[in-house]
Amino acid sequence: MAVKITRKQRFRGSEAANGLAMISPTAFYAILLLAAPLAMIFLYSFWTDGYLTIIHQFQLCNYYGPCASYKEVDGILQPTQEYLGAWSDPLTRTLMLRSLYVSLTVTAVTVILAFPVAYFVSFYVEASRKSLWLFLITIPFWTSYLIRVFLWKVIIGYNGVINTGLLELGLISEPLSINYSINAVIITLAHAYAPFAILPIFVALEKIDRSFLEAGRDLGESPFMTFIRVTLPLAMPGVISAVLIVFIPTIGDYVTPLLVGGPEGKMVANMIELSFKKLDNYPRGAAIAISSMAMVLGVSLLFLFLNRRFLKGNKA
Amino acid sequence: MKGGWFKSYTIVYLVFLYAPILLLPLFAFNNATTVAFPLEGFTTKWFGQLWTEPALHKALKNSLIIAVSSAVISTMLGIFAARASTRYRFPFKAPLMGLIMLPLVLPEVIVAVALLAVLLGLGVSLSIFTVILGHVLVCTPFAIAILSSAFQSLDQSLEEASYDLGESAVSTFRLIILPLVMPGIISALLITFTISLDEFIIAFFLAGNENTLPVYILGQFRFPQNIPVIMALGTILVCLSIALLATAEYFRRRGIAKTGGKDTGGFL
Repeated sequence: MAVKITRKQRFRGSEAANGLAMISPTAFYAILLLAAPLAMIFLYSFWTDGYLTIIHQFQLCNYYGPCASYKEVDGILQPTQEYLGAWSDPLTRTLMLRSLYVSLTVTAVTVILAFPVAYFVSFYVEASRKSLWLFLITIPFWTSYLIRVFLWKVIIGYNGVINTGLLELGLISEPLSINYSINAVIITLAHAYAPFAILPIFVALEKIDRSFLEAGRDLGESPFMTFIRVTLPLAMPGVISAVLIVFIPTIGDYVTPLLVGGPEGKMVANMIELSFKKLDNYPRGAAIAISSMAMVLGVSLLFLFLNRRFLKGNKA
Repeated sequence: MKGGWFKSYTIVYLVFLYAPILLLPLFAFNNATTVAFPLEGFTTKWFGQLWTEPALHKALKNSLIIAVSSAVISTMLGIFAARASTRYRFPFKAPLMGLIMLPLVLPEVIVAVALLAVLLGLGVSLSIFTVILGHVLVCTPFAIAILSSAFQSLDQSLEEASYDLGESAVSTFRLIILPLVMPGIISALLITFTISLDEFIIAFFLAGNENTLPVYILGQFRFPQNIPVIMALGTILVCLSIALLATAEYFRRRGIAKTGGKDTGGFL
C-alpha cells in the first residue's frame, strides 16, 4: 500500500519550502523596513498635514493645487499654513525638472565617458590583471563621499585648481565661474557615479564571445562596423544597467547640490529635506518624493521601451 | 599591449577619478587655514588638532558602533539571501530578490524619508539604533552581490557528498559550506563596514540628536577655519578605507580561487 503524502508534507521537504525558509529573514526585513515604509510614504502624500500630527483625510492637493496645514483649536481644525502642491508650486516644479535634467545629463556624460574604459579593460587588459584595474577604478567610489564632493569645489572653484592652472598657462585671462552652478553639480556627480557605469558595461563586454567579432571581420566588415553591428548590440544590456543604475539614484542626490550647486544648482532632494525637517510637513515632502520617483520611473520605462525597439530593429 | 588610445584615455580617466583624493593629503599637510593653492609649507598640526575635538570623538564612536552593527547584520541577512537565491528555486523569488536589492538603485533620500515617516509614526525615537536599521537596508544588497559570487562558485556535489557520508544539513553547512565561503563573508563584512562608515543621508535623517562622522563633517564645512582639520581627518579615512577595501579584495579573490570559480572581477 502506498504511503499517502499530503500536499503539506510534500511542500515541507521541497526545494521551494527550503528556499523560502532560507530567504525569509532577509525578505521580512526588506518587507517591514522597505516595502512598508515606501507604501506608507505613498499614503502620506494623500493625507493632510496637521500640527505635529497627520490627519488621515484623503486629498490630492499635495500634488496639485492650493493646500494647507491645519491645527486643532477648540476642537475645530483651523488652516495655519497655506502652500501649493508639488506640481503647482513654481519652485518645487523647477527643482523637480532641474533634477531630471541633471540626472539625464549626468547619465549621458557618465555612460559615454565610461564605455571606452570598460572596453579597454575588457578587450585590451590581460585576463590576470583585469581585477586589479577594476579595483583601481572602484577605490575612489568607496572613499569619503562628502570630502570628495567638497574637494571638487576646491578644484573647480573661483580660485581653484582648474582656474589657477589655466591662468598660469595663459589660456584664460580671468577665472571661469564653474562653481555654484548646475554644471558644477553635473561634473561632480559624473565623477561620483563613474564606477557604477563602468562595472555593468564591463560585465556585458566580458560575456561577448570573441569569435563573433572574428566572424564579423572575416565577413569583410571594417573594425568600426563590427563594433557598431556586433559589439554594441551585445553590450547593450550592460549599457542599460549602467544607465539605470546612474540615472535613478542621481535624481535624489542631496550632498552635491548642497555643497557645489549654490542657489542655481539646488535639486529636489534639498526640497524634500526642507519639507520633512524644517517645515515638518510630511504629506508635502512625501508628494514631492513620490512625484520625483514617478518621473524617474516614467523616463526609465520609456528608455527600456525605446531600447527594445532599437534592438528589434537591428535584427531585421 | 595593444589599444594605445584606449589605454591613454583610461589613464586620463583615472586621473579624473583620483583628482580629489590626490589633493586631499596636499591640503591636510598644508600650513594654511585656507584650502587653496599655492601651498604654504608642511605641517602636521591639523592632525594634532584631531585629538582635541570631543564632538569628533563622539561622532567617531557613534559611527563605529553603527558601522560594526550594520556590517554584521547586513552580512548575516546577505548570507541567507545569497544562499537562497543561488541554491534554491522557489515561488516569488524574482520579486523578493528585487525588493531586497532595490536600495542599490533607489535614491537614499527616499529610503531615509520613508523610514523616518514610519519610525516617527510608530513613536520610535531617533537614535543610533534607527540609523543601523537604515544602514542594514542599504548595505545588504552589496553583501548579497559579493556573497552570491562566493556561493555561486560552490560545487553542489561537495554538499551531496557530505549528506551521503551521513552529515546533517546543519553540520554540512558548518563543516563544508561555511569554510568555503568564509573569504566572501569577510569581504562582505569589510565592504558593508566601509559603506556604513561613509553613508551620510540616512544618518542625517535618522540620527536625531546624535552625530555620525559624515554628519559631523558636513557640519564643519560651514566653518572655513575648521576645514584643514577635516582634510586631515579625510586623509586618515581615505587611507583606512583603501586598506579595508584592499583586504576585502584579497579575501574575495581568495574565496573565488578556493571554490575553483573564475574571477569575473569587481565587487558588483
